[in-house]
Amino acid sequence: MTYPGEFFVDGDPIADTKAPDGPLAERWTKRRSTGRLVNPANRRRLDVIVVGSGLAGGSAAATLGELGYRVRCYCYQDSPRRAHSIAAQGGINAAKNYRNDGDSVERLFHDTIKGGDFRSRESNVYRLAEVSVEIIDQCVAQGVPFAREYGGLLDTRSFGGAQVSRTFYARGQTGQQLLLGAYQALERQVNAGTVQMHTRHEMLDLIVVDGRARGIVVRDLETGAVTVDLADAVVLASGGYGNVFHLSTNAKGCNVTASWRAHRKGALFANPAFTQIHPTCIPVSGDHQSKLTLMSESLRNDGRVWVPSSAGDTRSPADIPEDERDYFLERRYPAYGNLVPRDIASRATKAVCDDGRGVGPGGRGVYLDFADALQRLGRPAIEERYGNLFEMYERITGDDPYVTPMRIYPAVHYTMGGLWVDYDLSSTIPGLFVIGEANFSDHGANRLGASALMQGLADGYFVLPNTIGAYLADGPFQKLTPKHPDVAAARSGVTDRVQKLLSIDGDRSVDSFHRELGKIMWEYCGMERTDAGLRKAIELIRSLRDEFWTRVKVPGTGAELNQSLERAGRVADFFELAELMCIDALHRGESCGGHFRAESQTPDGEAMRQDDEFSYVAAWEFASPPVLHKEHLTFEYETPSQRSYS
Amino acid sequence: MKLTLRIWRQSDREARGKMVSYKLDDVSADMSFLEVLDVLNEQLTTAGEEPVAFDHDCREGICGACGMVINGVAHGPQKLTTACQLHMRHFKDGDTIDVEPWRARAFPVVKDLVVDRGAFDKIIQAGGYISAPTGSAPDAHATPVPKPAADAAFEAAACIGCGACVAACPNGSAMLFTAAKVAHLGALPQGQPERASRAAAMLHAHDEADFGGCTNAGECTAVCPKGIPLTVIGSLNHDILGSTIRGR
Ligand SMILES: Cc1cc2nc3c(=O)[nH]c(=O)nc-3n(C[C@H](O)[C@H](O)[C@H](O)COP(=O)(O)OP(=O)(O)OC[C@H]3O[C@@H](n4cnc5c(N)ncnc54)[C@H](O)[C@@H]3O)c2cc1C
Ligand code: SF4
Ligand code: FES
Repeated sequence: MTYPGEFFVDGDPIADTKAPDGPLAERWTKRRSTGRLVNPANRRRLDVIVVGSGLAGGSAAATLGELGYRVRCYCYQDSPRRAHSIAAQGGINAAKNYRNDGDSVERLFHDTIKGGDFRSRESNVYRLAEVSVEIIDQCVAQGVPFAREYGGLLDTRSFGGAQVSRTFYARGQTGQQLLLGAYQALERQVNAGTVQMHTRHEMLDLIVVDGRARGIVVRDLETGAVTVDLADAVVLASGGYGNVFHLSTNAKGCNVTASWRAHRKGALFANPAFTQIHPTCIPVSGDHQSKLTLMSESLRNDGRVWVPSSAGDTRSPADIPEDERDYFLERRYPAYGNLVPRDIASRATKAVCDDGRGVGPGGRGVYLDFADALQRLGRPAIEERYGNLFEMYERITGDDPYVTPMRIYPAVHYTMGGLWVDYDLSSTIPGLFVIGEANFSDHGANRLGASALMQGLADGYFVLPNTIGAYLADGPFQKLTPKHPDVAAARSGVTDRVQKLLSIDGDRSVDSFHRELGKIMWEYCGMERTDAGLRKAIELIRSLRDEFWTRVKVPGTGAELNQSLERAGRVADFFELAELMCIDALHRGESCGGHFRAESQTPDGEAMRQDDEFSYVAAWEFASPPVLHKEHLTFEYETPSQRSYS
Repeated sequence: MKLTLRIWRQSDREARGKMVSYKLDDVSADMSFLEVLDVLNEQLTTAGEEPVAFDHDCREGICGACGMVINGVAHGPQKLTTACQLHMRHFKDGDTIDVEPWRARAFPVVKDLVVDRGAFDKIIQAGGYISAPTGSAPDAHATPVPKPAADAAFEAAACIGCGACVAACPNGSAMLFTAAKVAHLGALPQGQPERASRAAAMLHAHDEADFGGCTNAGECTAVCPKGIPLTVIGSLNHDILGSTIRGR
């Protein structure tokens, strides 16, 4: 057990999340109909910066532009269309109940709260479920080519943690198609002159003046020029931080820098230890590995997960008879079978591999087998559903999944933690809003499949454009220039740091540090965490960080396209985040969702929550040591119970 | 396996570039092509040299960031595969591999293998969308879309905006990219109101951005990692014809 004082100190609890009161189902309507508005003429005088062009940032920038605000949007890629959202495969949830299978806003709300293991906020989650239906309408109107049935109506499928079919999809490329919809809406606003898009620009600090977020410091990644952009409000939509583990399913550039810089400027960081390990990824093939590839959860609709019943069975899968196979998810969780939530499937997979029953090199893998589905549905149907995923698998591994079962293993995939936001998606710095994966919001300790796309678009299209108005109604705020002392200080802070990274001129590459940091995090802050392991990790991280700041080698200069320099800045921030993640994981002595503390499990090895002590959001203030602010969670509509999927 | 890479090095937009040879001793067949560049860059960095700049992000063949001409072919020898998904099992021990950036008038080289593809965004800005402001949408089932139309839209919408088609085209034309978007939106009922004006506006932006004209060489579709078919160009031409008849 850790006590405050050793790694952190206790601060005041968070008293107010700003959610309206009254019946749950009426809160969002109430906020929308009573929130303050900005009249159209005034919107033209208000500047809003959006950092990020993924589903959250792209949809927010487009919608704010449509409303008439002056928007400037930033991304580090060469086009907004390349944001990491593009890679989402499986689908997006919505409580449309088009299948008449008993779905409803209430049920999606319930599934999300339960899936998140009762560590999220009822008001926010209910709103998410409510808004989900509008998202599908919006995307169809934009021309998103969702899968359809022969009658011309939208098709859906099931995802983990749900017993209804509410996941809309566009083959295995749902994220791509949704993002292109948002991207096109964004480019339409660029054409209309309401949005200015800045590609290949990276936000390296937040500017706070008189307690309000008033702008950002950015580096032009092509020329190296460091400039400031000043505005009335700043929206961070900069995605998740899974790459702190080095190997993850995230795109290579995903980083925590924008969020971390805001955290250093005063924004609380909530539940950093809540990370999602996805059960179905292609296993690591060697030391050169640069990223891990997800095989969509949708595959668990038709694929069956199994390992040999006895340890050390090295026969090829085809030679292992049916009665010598252990379909361990179906056996342990008969009600949900292969469709249990991700955290549960991942841990069960780790358990059979720890048992010595894993398959493939190093024994870190299990089979995902389509033989039954191929027999039942025929190859064309399987091709139609998963063709591109099967191809991708074959391209990477050289094996054909129509013939041999896939081999899969869990990998870091998503981060539920992020900057703390209230009901209005405002961080603890007035004027700084946080949307999409970058905030901690709606998924509690475990996100259900197909709910990140839903949340990103809910935030960007529907929630933020409404709630930001109440803040901007007080604007425009005092005019600032780059000469203002706080602005100038933020800018020189950035140039100094760039100089510092370049001047160390050591003998180790940035990547070598990142790899080593990732190994520490995977070993001690991955699928299973212990008190002793986390303490060790904190020590290792601190000493590796010191080594980084004396031995890192960043070739080239700051006045050019310098990809090593970009990575160095991101890895430097990952070091600081990593330590906070371990402190958060250490302080939370319970298991919940994706956070599994070996000390807190049921006799049959399931995660055991401890509601008396830990029914709160841990929101951390940047300080040395960090200060813990608790947002206590109250459940008025759901009754926290031990999750059961068996 | 052992490989020799000959890579285009160019320090910035104005500089003159040249091919430089590098030797790699320990390449495994399971590596992706970009992982080979990672290994080379690690080697260069520890030797105090500047690593090779190249664009990449998802490494899953979907973001469209990566792109390089490998042995004279955009994205390399494997069909329907981006550079990040190309694995070394398609090469042999002792091979010499040439790696160059996209070369096209409309895509200036920024550094080494990195080019500026901003012109693609300009084409989309000109009309590559359906005007449906947030909040204005009817229920998603208000207009059923026949499955063949939905499938055709999807096929065309699979374009990842990588620019290989432009790099492969003898005229530096972006017609396959442009037409893919026109075909995607034009296949759907929601895309009909703006159909003719969209095609004309996008084609205009295409020409303004200094892309060349299409002479049906077909090199584009041969290298396209998403297999966008030449027939989309037919549907663009059809829409353009529609717009000339009706007047813009
Ligand atoms: C392989 C994969 C498959 C997935 N499949 C699904 C799925 O099927 N269903 C589902 O619901 N979810 C899925 N997810 C999760 C989901 O894709 C993400 O959570 C979601 O897309 C995040 O969207 P976002 O807009 O918050 O951030 P992102 O899409 O990550 O966008 C971040 C943006 O911020 C910009 N940015 C970041 N830092 C900076 C900076 N410092 N300066 C300037 N710009 C910056 C980037 O350029 C980018 O534009 C998947 C995730 C992965 C990895
Ligand atoms: S049409 Fe094909 S080659 Fe051209 S940009 Fe699109 S995906 Fe790339
Ligand atoms: S890196 Fe994204 S397509 Fe190759």
